[in-house]
Amino acid sequence: MITNFTPYASLIGGILIGLAAVILMAFNGRIAGMTAMLGGVLEPKTPDSPWRLAFLAGAIAAPLIATLLGAEFSFASPTTGVVLAIGGVIVGVGVNYGSGCTSGHGVCGLARLSPRSLVATLTFMATTFATVTLIRHGFGG
Amino acid sequence: MNRILSALVAGLIFGLGIAISGMGNPAKVLNFFDPFGTWDPSLAFVMGGALITAAIGYRLIFGARSAPLFDAKFHLPTSKVIDTKLVAGSALFGVGWGISGFCPGGAIPALGFAPWPTALFLISMGVGILIARWLQALPRRQTA
Repeated sequence: MITNFTPYASLIGGILIGLAAVILMAFNGRIAGMTAMLGGVLEPKTPDSPWRLAFLAGAIAAPLIATLLGAEFSFASPTTGVVLAIGGVIVGVGVNYGSGCTSGHGVCGLARLSPRSLVATLTFMATTFATVTLIRHGFGG
Repeated sequence: MNRILSALVAGLIFGLGIAISGMGNPAKVLNFFDPFGTWDPSLAFVMGGALITAAIGYRLIFGARSAPLFDAKFHLPTSKVIDTKLVAGSALFGVGWGISGFCPGGAIPALGFAPWPTALFLISMGVGILIARWLQALPRRQTA
């Protein structure tokens, strides 16, 4: 499935993601890591629950409101059904043991020059590349 | 209340950024990792833009202030350990990301503009997190 190369939109979107991380650090002193935010939802109420839920609500609401105002975001999921569910479970187990994902390690951790985050990011980028290559080209495809 | 409002604003900007960048589009994400096929290098611009902005912003904040505006201190991860758990967990996350095209940060905003199959991914991911926590809570098996 071909997708268009969108350097400007992707760069602007990336800057906004970085800006969100900066705002959360400047005002709340917190890392914008989605693994910790989502993990927080699965816990009984803690002192961190309200601001985490507020962040997650905002993250869902912004594209929803933009869509209602007429914006269109391209979306296609080549994976569906059981395979997608298996991928989801593997992501859940992985981010729990790895203590982070693309946002926590890949953006916030690398921005702080954390060696732990560098190892995590290089590792998951490598296994993602390997997995996609194997699925798309490895089975005689 | 202040903390909740600032988190909400940060969340709104994050969600918009993910949606605009294409990071919430599994087809686009997977194509970044397919240079031998339908390659789309856009993701490098997302990561580059986010990383440079965060790195500069963090430097300015930590240089100017000893505490955030709405809290007594910065809550930064303290662990410096690079162990099997970190590497194996990250490796596993990559496998799941490569299968699904969804990462946690991409999936949450995607719920706002493509509820299905994003919800299926997020529910499965929640199950995965709970399984991992249950495994971690098991008492370590005694070696005979």
